[in-house]
This record gives sequence, structure tokens and C-alpha cells, in this order.
Amino acid sequence: MKVKLFLKRFYLAVILIFMYLPIGALIVFSFNESKSMAKWTGFSLHWYEQLLQDPSIAEAVWVTVSIAMIASLAATFIGTLAAVGMDNFRKKSKNIMVNFTYIPMVNAEIVTGISLLLLFIFFNIPRGYWTMLLAHITFDIPFVIFSVLPKLRQMDPGTYEAALDMGARPAYAVRKVILPQIAPGIVTGFLLAFTMSFDDFMISFFTSQGATQNLSTYIYSMARVGINPMINALSAIMFIVVIMLLLVINLRSVKRTKKMPRVGSFR
Amino acid sequence: MSQHIIDFLGVYKEYDGVEVLSNINLYIRQNEFLTLLGPSGCGKTTLLRIIAGFEEPTRGDVRLFGESIKGIPPYKRRVNTVFQKYALFPHLNVFDNIAFGLKLKKMKKSVIEKKVGDMLKLVGLSGYGDRDIAKLSGGQQQRVAIARALVNEPEVLLLDEPLGALDLKFRQEMQLELKRMQKTLGITFVYVTHDQEEALTMSDAIAVIDGGVIQQIGTPEQIYNEPKNSFVADFIGESNIISGNMKRDYLVHFADNDFTCLDRGFNENEPVKVVIRPEDINITKNIADDMITGTVSSTLFMGVHYEIRVHGDNGFEWLVHSTEFFEAGNRVGFTLEPDDIHVMEVSQYDKMRVDGVPEAVK
Amino acid sequence: MKNRELRNVMDSRKVFALPYIAWIAIFTAAPLILILLYAFTETGSGGVMVLTAENLARAFSSLYMTVFWRSVWMAFIATVICLLLGYPVAYMLSRMKPNRAAVISILFVLPMWMNFLLRTYAWRTLLDNAGIINQGLMALGFEPVQFLYTEGAIIFGLVYNFLPFMILPIYSVFQKMDISCIQAAQDLGANKWQTFWRVTLPLSKGGIVSGITMVFMPAMTTFVITRLLGGSHFMMYGDLIEMEFLLMSEWNFGSALAVVMLILTIVFMWLMRKYDKEGEGGALM
Repeated sequence: MKVKLFLKRFYLAVILIFMYLPIGALIVFSFNESKSMAKWTGFSLHWYEQLLQDPSIAEAVWVTVSIAMIASLAATFIGTLAAVGMDNFRKKSKNIMVNFTYIPMVNAEIVTGISLLLLFIFFNIPRGYWTMLLAHITFDIPFVIFSVLPKLRQMDPGTYEAALDMGARPAYAVRKVILPQIAPGIVTGFLLAFTMSFDDFMISFFTSQGATQNLSTYIYSMARVGINPMINALSAIMFIVVIMLLLVINLRSVKRTKKMPRVGSFR
Repeated sequence: MSQHIIDFLGVYKEYDGVEVLSNINLYIRQNEFLTLLGPSGCGKTTLLRIIAGFEEPTRGDVRLFGESIKGIPPYKRRVNTVFQKYALFPHLNVFDNIAFGLKLKKMKKSVIEKKVGDMLKLVGLSGYGDRDIAKLSGGQQQRVAIARALVNEPEVLLLDEPLGALDLKFRQEMQLELKRMQKTLGITFVYVTHDQEEALTMSDAIAVIDGGVIQQIGTPEQIYNEPKNSFVADFIGESNIISGNMKRDYLVHFADNDFTCLDRGFNENEPVKVVIRPEDINITKNIADDMITGTVSSTLFMGVHYEIRVHGDNGFEWLVHSTEFFEAGNRVGFTLEPDDIHVMEVSQYDKMRVDGVPEAVK
Repeated sequence: MKNRELRNVMDSRKVFALPYIAWIAIFTAAPLILILLYAFTETGSGGVMVLTAENLARAFSSLYMTVFWRSVWMAFIATVICLLLGYPVAYMLSRMKPNRAAVISILFVLPMWMNFLLRTYAWRTLLDNAGIINQGLMALGFEPVQFLYTEGAIIFGLVYNFLPFMILPIYSVFQKMDISCIQAAQDLGANKWQTFWRVTLPLSKGGIVSGITMVFMPAMTTFVITRLLGGSHFMMYGDLIEMEFLLMSEWNFGSALAVVMLILTIVFMWLMRKYDKEGEGGALM
């Protein structure tokens, strides 16, 4: 039994090391004195110093973060409303909507990217920040919808009727009765959407066409000539910030779960 | 008697062309405890939801105090509902659940607190205001659901199988309590259930529904003692239902014998169904000549009585309730007195007398 | 009039889907229609669009189908490896205490917060002939190995990037799985392997299908991983589409290539819908 448990742990550990090895290497070598990611020549912070003085990187970070934020907020709004609406559709119409929601998730990103590019070309919309944002909202919405729909199914539909029964108008009932019950799904959807938006390369690449660069496209254009360790320094910072944030959120939710029954986890 | 509070006038309801309610004519008197009784899918809940305003009749009219309530949304109707699975708001505590309707009416905080406090007392949950809904037992949740509806002082309280999820002991307790509340508050209750025992013990009047049609309306005694057709008889209690025919007034032939009965007004030799309640059959081991005889095929203890199946010598199966124990294989006999025999028409719906069809429709 | 008011009340929530319906029409349906439009037309003289099947015929010609089938093959291998590596992980996660499982499942999402291009680039430096791994091998007395610019390197990169997308859907299905089914199987006399083959595996099919879709489709169409780790020696279908679109500005032919991918999308969507009876994205996430 003990051997088996050890083997299981060992297996998990190997997979996790596989996942984190390049991340670890990136972070370690961001403190390297030389540009090399193979030879350690001495500790230095000068990539971090350079990072602070580079306006093009700051611009890319700003584009990445602002687009991820606006797109995931917009997607959360549109997607939550859509899920509540779809939940009341007849089966057939709901199925059609679900199929359309599947498309951006199943479709190859490159196809989604070029199809949107064609749309913008066709209607003569100049590619840039706004087209990238619209594209991000498009692929973010399904994540929200598919996070919220199961919560709506778990919810007792009688609660909405009960609210009407006691004199609530529909808008009020949705706000005060439905939304609080599906809130965990909305939060999960938002986080997923934000993560996807943050990490996206393919669709950003096609819908901005170099007119605006987020971190992904900036790194891609840089990769051809060799990546400047400044970027490594930057991602090390961002990665650590995210871990910190997650720790804070987790600690808070642990405190809350002690008071309240658990409502779903990060899926 | 007292005033009609709700009138159903020729109400039909269809979903996608399928009729779930058919020509419902029904009135509910003020302060009455009316039960809509029927098997699942019979349309009783739909009827309730029409009163609440969640469904609209396809045809016909529904009136509250003589005024049509067609098209009036649920939030403008002076009726409240206790939902089947309670439908309590899981994100609000007990107090906020009950206060939901009052807050919508923009009542003063002090008034709300007093009303909610009174309600909590009425349902026996004083001091539970701060509790989380999820932390309550099924019975307590049930009480909160009732309080949440009653606090709005509705003209009619609609209850959709409110006790279905409770275990037997609680259910019986709550039955008595609901009845008590209804009497003290003087509110009309419309109660939906598939449990005939519940219906019989609580109601002033029962409407038995099957297949979207009202089969019989009457007091519990009427329904139980004089079922109009075999569906009602069968649904109200497990019964012996035997085909026979009416020889003449007061004489019916069934189970290969002629019996004196109290029924008349049938055609000569008209085919009929005869209902004999299992508890009306007194079986004995001391068999006399004029008795129907048979052999006990099984005995089941049901808590207060034994349910005994008797295989009659002339081929009929009899269901008998007795407080006495009989073993399988026992030879037994019984006689049937005239008032044990209920003769009914064969056709289920044809000659049904519809109670309470208001003047307007006739 | 009044009747309509009531209908509106009970149906009013449907209205909430309207913005999304508009969004789908503009940003999902219209772009796909445009792809079809471009795929089936040719811009003739004077900018007039002419209907033609030539683009599609060319897309299905042997030259391009070679790339297609090679991509299918590489993506298939990567998907199988992801499934073999990921399934046990998902299974182990589902058997852990919920809190620990939640933490470890987050560990598989977390890498996404470090840009995937950077992570792939990091592998490139690690696997380089003079990289740390080869340094280690040489220190142990082995000959350095040529990792980079091989098909193996590309498959390695694909597995690395898409493994979480295999683990998470399967884990999600395991989480929802009724444990009493497995207990019932054991109760009925099935041993561990029988239980696995006859109950656990069939019940997790939905997650497997989602996982395969989420790995296979992007694996087939990436052009970043091939360029970083394969060094332009190996072309995947994604490289082809990107090249036709951005390098050659062959929008019509590029669209025809995209249509080929769309056919795959339809196949996978049909498969996933089969296992998503509630129509809620099922095991997608």
C-alpha cells in the first residue's frame, strides 16, 4: 500500500516538475547577469532595472491587462444575462444557442482568428486595440456561459417564482434572487475568461495585425531575434503577483468556508 | 353558505396542443380548506399555478372575488404560494426570507420586525431569525416557507404538496398545525396533494382530479363513502371494485351472488361497478352457510391493521382489513351488509354531476 | 393586452439573451459565413467576386493534404500522450481530499499565467545543444543529444502546452461522477480492473472527448510551437494557414484551408454534444 501511495505521489510530482521546470528556469535566469539562459554568470538585477525603463514593454503590459479586464468584464455581463435568458428557452432554441456557444471553444483558434480578421477587413475596420478587444470578448463569453448554466440548473427555479409570488417584479427578482444564487458561477466564469484573455496569442495576433501589441504578440515578434531577459523578469514578477493574489483569495475563502457550506471550487 | 372567493369558469389549459386541464368548473368558498387531490401529472399543480399567476388558462376565466384575474401578473395578485420544494432563498437567512415580501411593500423596519416575529412565533420558530436556510431541517424549512407566504396576509394561500418531502411523523404534526393555522387566521387554503389520507384529514372540501378532469367534488365524507366512479374509489383508498349489474332497485348482482343494497335509480340490468371498502369486510373463521368463503393467500401487517388477501372459492380476490391476525391458508368467510355495498356507474366521466357550476356558465 | 403582459412576465428572462444573440450573429456567425464566402470565391479583374471551387480543390490536392495528414498524425500522437499522462492525474485528483485536489488542480491552471510563448521559449533554451539538460548529460559522461528541431521536440512542446486541457475536463467529470456507481460495481463482484474498464472509463468518456478536442484542435493548428521548437523544418496545418493569410495574402485559398479545419470542428462538436446531454458545456471545463 505504502509503495503504491509513494508511486502515485512520485508520478504527480514528476508531472508537476515537468509543468514548472521552464517556469523555474525563467525565474532563476531572470536574475542572471548575462543574457544566457544556459550559463549562470552571476546574480544581477539589471534586467529588472532595464524593464522599468522600457516604454514598449509597459505599453504591451497595459494592453494585455486592460484588454483582459475589459473583455472579461464585458463577457461576464453579456454571458450571465445570456445564460439566464437561455435557461428559459425551449429545449430546441436552447440547443441552438449552446451549439453557437460551443463554436469558439471547439473551433481551432487560428480559424476563429482569421474569421474575425476577415470580418474586420470586410467591413473596413482598422485593426488594433478595439478589434482585439472585440475578439477577446467573443471567445470569453462561452467560458462565462458554461460556468453559469450549471449553477442555474442547480438552482431551484421555484425561488424566482416565489419572489414574483411575494410581489417582486421580474427585474427585481432576477437581481435579488437569481444573481446571488449563481454568483459562484459568475466569479468562476470571470476568472476563466480573464485567464484565457491574458494568455491568448493566436486570436490577438490575427485581429490586431501588429497595430497593437499585447505581451503575447510582443514576445512573438521578439522571439525571432532572441528574447530579451527583461521579458523574463517581467513574467517572473507577474507570475509571483498572481500566486500572491491566489494565496490571499484562498486564505479568505478558507476562512469563509468555515462559516458557510462550500459552494463549488475552481473548476 | 359563505361567499365564493375563487371561481373557475370552463377553464382549459393546453401545452403544445396537449390538453392538461379540461373544462374545469370549480368554486372555492371563503375560509374554506379545499384540496386538489390526484395522481402526479393529473393537472392539479397546473390548476394551482393558474391561481398563482404562473400559468394562463388557454380558454375560460378565473375570478377572484368575482373579478377576472386573467392577465394579472403574479406579483399583483393577493394570493401567496407555499412551494413544493419550499423555494426558500438560500442566500438569505430566515428573517430576510420571511421579510422579502414586506420589504417590497416598503414597510417600516419596525413593522417588518414585528410581523416577522409574530410569524416566527406562529410557526414555532421564535429565535430562528438569524439562522441560515441550509442549516434548518426539512420540517423547519417547511415552516419558514409557510411563514414567508402567510406574512403577506394573502386572501388565498396556495400550498403545492407542501408536506411531500417530510417524513411521516412530521407530516402528521404539520397537517394538524396547518389546519389550526387556517382556522385561526381565517384564510382560504387551496392545497394540492396526491396523498388521500392527507386530503381526508385536513380538507373542508376535496376536488379529485384525474386526466385534467375533475372527477368529484365533495366533503371528505362524501368522497370516501360515496365515490362517484371507480377512479375516485380506487384513488381514495384501496378497494374491492367488482363488476356487476343492477337487477332492480335495491338489488345488485356481483361475485356470483345477489345482494341487497341501498342504491336505486339505475336501469334494469345496467352494468355497474360495486365498491366494497376493505375495512367494511368482517372476516371470520367461524364459517356459516350464507357466507362468501375463501382461503387467506397472504397477510401483511400495516401498522394499525392487517392487510389480508383472500382467494374466494368462486374465483374472486378480496382485499380485507382486519385488526385480527389470519394466517395464510386459513379458511375464512364473511357476509356483506347493504350499507357496505356502494354501487357506481361504469362510465367514468359521462354522467358525472359537476358540483358548483356557477350561474354564469349554465 | 393584459394577456400579453402576463406572458411577458413569465418569459421576460428570455429577453436577457438578446445582446448575446446579436453578438453571436456579428462575431460568430458572420465571420464563419465570410470564411465560406471567401473559400468559394475568387476576386477576378476589377475586384468582382466570382464563384469558384478551385480554392477548395487546391486545398484538397495532394500537396496540401500531405501537410494536413502529417499535422493530424503529430497532433494525434501528442493527444494520445496527453491522455495517457493526464488521465491518471485526473483520477488521482478526484480521489484526493477536496481541498488538496482544489489546490493541485489550480497548479495545473497556474502556468497559464506565465505566457505560453515564454514557457515554450524556455524549453528551447533548456533543450538546446548547449542547454542545461545537455550540460547535465555531458557531466554524466553521455554524448549531447540533438533535441531541438526534431519532430519529437514539437510533440514534446505540444504535450507540455496542452496537457492541462486534457487533465481538467477529465477531472471535472470525475468530480461529478457518482462514487456509488463504482462501489456498486465492486459490490457486484467486479475486481479493480473490471471496475475500471466497465464502469469508470465509460463514465468518464465525456471528459475524455472534451480533453481530446481541447488538445487535438489547437495542437493541429499551432504555428508558434513548430517555429520555436521545430525551427521551421516542420510545417503544421496552422503554419500553412498563417502563411497563406499573412505572408501570401491569399485570403481565398487561406479560407479554403480554414474550411478544412471547420469540417474537423463540426466532427468534434458533434462528438462533444453527444456527451453533453444537459447542453451546458458539459465536461468542457
